Amino acid sequence: MGPEAQFQQYLADGRFMIQRSASTGRHVFYPRPFIPGTGEDDLEWVEAAGTGTIYSTTVNRRSPEKGGTSGLVLVDLDEGVRMLSRVVGMAPEDVTIGMKVKARIEELNGAPAVVWEAA
Amino acid sequence: MASDMNHLRGKTAVVGVAAWGCGEQPGWNSLEIMGQNARMALADAGLSLGDVDGLWAATAVHAMPSMSLAEHLGIVPTYSSGSNIGGSSFMSHVLDAAIQLDAGLIDVALIAYGSNQRTAGGFRSASEPMPFEAQYEIRNPINAYAMAAARYMHEFGAGREHLAEVAVAARAWASQNPEAFTRDPITVDDVLSARMISDPLGKLDCCLVTDGGGAIVMVRADRARDLAGDHAKPVYLLGAGMAHDHRMISEMPDLTTTCAVQAGQRAFAMAGMGPADMKTVQLYDAFTINTILFLEDLGFCAKGEGKDFVGGGHIAPGGGLPVNTNGGGLSCVHPGMYGLFVLIEAIRQTRGDAPGQQIPDATVSLAHGNGGVLSSQVTTIWGTADAL
Repeated sequence: MGPEAQFQQYLADGRFMIQRSASTGRHVFYPRPFIPGTGEDDLEWVEAAGTGTIYSTTVNRRSPEKGGTSGLVLVDLDEGVRMLSRVVGMAPEDVTIGMKVKARIEELNGAPAVVWEAA
Repeated sequence: MASDMNHLRGKTAVVGVAAWGCGEQPGWNSLEIMGQNARMALADAGLSLGDVDGLWAATAVHAMPSMSLAEHLGIVPTYSSGSNIGGSSFMSHVLDAAIQLDAGLIDVALIAYGSNQRTAGGFRSASEPMPFEAQYEIRNPINAYAMAAARYMHEFGAGREHLAEVAVAARAWASQNPEAFTRDPITVDDVLSARMISDPLGKLDCCLVTDGGGAIVMVRADRARDLAGDHAKPVYLLGAGMAHDHRMISEMPDLTTTCAVQAGQRAFAMAGMGPADMKTVQLYDAFTINTILFLEDLGFCAKGEGKDFVGGGHIAPGGGLPVNTNGGGLSCVHPGMYGLFVLIEAIRQTRGDAPGQQIPDATVSLAHGNGGVLSSQVTTIWGTADAL
């Protein structure tokens, strides 16, 4: 199984896992077979702390027939990696850059996904 | 370490351009628009279809555009490429063509684009969904640029009114250009009160959705001088550089600094010039934030100062720096991929036949392309024979 499939398998098991290099301690997301840029292939899966900070945010104002208004955020995980996601439990207009958030796993478009809520 | 490409300075030139079918071209398909432009650009150069032996094309909808175009034109190129790095593909095609012309591998390079997206029902892209992003329903490209704009505003204390100045300046240039699609002047208030699309970007912060095509013809400098007799004066490629570091917005290291930094440095190094030498500056303005980021990253002002640099009419007609003198992707033309039109405006300004306001003594112009989500950055610098 490749890294993307492994990540999704973990999510299906209710676990938010990211990768960390045993030799350098550097975390990697999105999951890859080796560290981008340097190539170390000693990545192991570790449980994400599930805490992060909003790096940027937008409100995607779609018409109702195209899915309606929804939010998108870039979250900087405390491990030093970034992911695209969305914040749940509050209006997307109220999400601000610098806001502390915590992760949870939710069904999204037919598959489990990491989403974030205000910490 | 590879040797640099600086020996390419002044070795090749554009000798023909066309930009036909821009705005609305109902009833024409993308390939027909591309083909018409190819033929017209060759005529502009005093060349014919059979002279083309190097062919480049990229579109948002064709899987193998150079093959489709060669078939449509009825030519058998020695070399062809549909290399696609988004809207800056055409600047990268220029660099490819310059390398191959200089090496003597080809004699006449044709670079073309065509799209009927507006009359065919709107923007669409053959791009695959982005893994780790598509599930969250990201709408590319706008959501990505909106997050860059939001981050820029957060880091540098900019407001939507700063972004709006870019749109107002672009429209002011467009209002003087009979080829521009939208020409009615607008104000900062118009931009701020337009419908919000993806916060903080409203409708007037976003590029147009038009039809349109274009083509340019490149040859070696010696051939260009021979062709110049009865035709337009050659415009020489003085510098070119490219860089890219991400495909998905979530992988962009810093949303307020693009690879235009490296691309620009490489192009300026080849040209032996700096930002102060540019008489006109043509930038890929898919969204208002682009113009600010690229002016900073290319060295026209410091990081964080772009928000003020674009204000007070400084980049508008009569201002200190002529930027996007055709009206840009915001107000002139944006048929899905705009990069070739950035090149064409720089070339027309440099040879002195811009369709809108011609900048006097525009002996050197910069054309900067952007592709993907602030991803691929390719800078080119063009000059007259006097600039060689």
